[in-house]
Amino acid sequence: MAHAHKLRIFRWAGGKTFKSNTVKIWWVLGFLSLVTAVEVILGIFKPEVLTKNYFVGMKLLNWIFIILTLVKAYYIAWDFMHLRDEKSALRRAIVWTPIFLVSYLVFILLYEADYIYNIFKNGFFAWDF
Amino acid sequence: MDTAVTTESEGTTWGGGNQPLNASYGKMMMWFFIVSDALTFSGFLVSYGFSRFKFIETWPIADEVFTHVPFFHGNYPMIYVAFMTFILIMSSVTMVLAVDAGHKMKKNKVIWYMFATIIGGAIFVGSQAWEWATFIKGDFGALETKGGRVLQFVKADTGERAALADFATALPEDRIKHESKNGIWYQEEGYQTSFSLNEVITGFKANPGILIRTETINEDGEKTLLTREQSLDRLSDAVRVVEGANLIRNEYGSRLFADFFFFITGFHGFHVFSGVVINIIIFFNIILGTYERRGHYEMVEKVGLYWHFVDLVWVFVFTFFYLV
Repeated sequence: MAHAHKLRIFRWAGGKTFKSNTVKIWWVLGFLSLVTAVEVILGIFKPEVLTKNYFVGMKLLNWIFIILTLVKAYYIAWDFMHLRDEKSALRRAIVWTPIFLVSYLVFILLYEADYIYNIFKNGFFAWDF
Repeated sequence: MDTAVTTESEGTTWGGGNQPLNASYGKMMMWFFIVSDALTFSGFLVSYGFSRFKFIETWPIADEVFTHVPFFHGNYPMIYVAFMTFILIMSSVTMVLAVDAGHKMKKNKVIWYMFATIIGGAIFVGSQAWEWATFIKGDFGALETKGGRVLQFVKADTGERAALADFATALPEDRIKHESKNGIWYQEEGYQTSFSLNEVITGFKANPGILIRTETINEDGEKTLLTREQSLDRLSDAVRVVEGANLIRNEYGSRLFADFFFFITGFHGFHVFSGVVINIIIFFNIILGTYERRGHYEMVEKVGLYWHFVDLVWVFVFTFFYLV
């Protein structure tokens, strides 16, 4: 059949070749659950090292959350939506288009929001009454 | 002039019948839809980020808003959403297994995996409805100032939140809610809070153990607690009592928080709901043997793509509404 599955994943951790697609899916589920559990535990305990230190205007903890979210998104798209098994041209068209557009949108809107925040804070503008 | 030049390659590469991306028309269109829908959701989430960065110092803290778990009393932030996330990922897994069984033409397996997927989706939508109901009902109640800021109450000795019922004094000023059947026809009041502004203010003055908490977040990442004198001073700004959240008022803090919460989780919940409906249609088609006769289960794969996309969006909603 035309449904050849690439069964070698987790290459960052040395790689693991699964004997069937079904087994691979259960491992991906385990991995996604683990990542979610880590997020929830960090969210409940909020270690001070991560909330007191900032990187590019955002708490380290929030950076960790966003990075872990992107990791989860990668595995959902690559294994559940089987982008891993699609032709690279299709995969690139699907993935890079939103990444490119959304990065721009994020940059421009958050930058503007920070500008408005400063107006509220430093401008002669009353809002807390 | 002869402009139509035929070459040998036209018959093979450009002559049609080729699938350079090795995906059928239906699958391509599903991806087309998913990419455009992903951009829609990105637009919503980024505008949430815009409003949040605009009011970065006064935005509600999610851990203090979503603290309930059904059938349990107490303060359990994040536990329930984590459960919802797990349910949705789990139903994604059963969907992948259904697609996998479809490739192997195992009809009965596809039926059972699709059934599990539908159940998972239904649990998720139900949880979402419960989450909304809890959010709308509210927790402790608060006051709103003339400028639209929210003042919440805290017990000075324990540092716990104080509900309005803990300190408000009942005054002999009962007013009956105006309903459409009385007086001028078709006019009615909106919701009425369980205590009037006057009752809350009187109760606050009579209870020295209650303090006011403002929306402003301090260096420790917590809401600022006022002293008793500051609290009494701030109390004079209050113009109304707020209980729960709706599109206009929100006892948890910034109104935009409630607006975005309703809009984005509502839009996502609608996607899950329509996903469940589409799954049910496909489910019955499988039982009727439609795809067995067609010779392939590609429809399951296509609806599966949509279902995983809904899961993918939830991963982002989870991060930006509950974690960050």
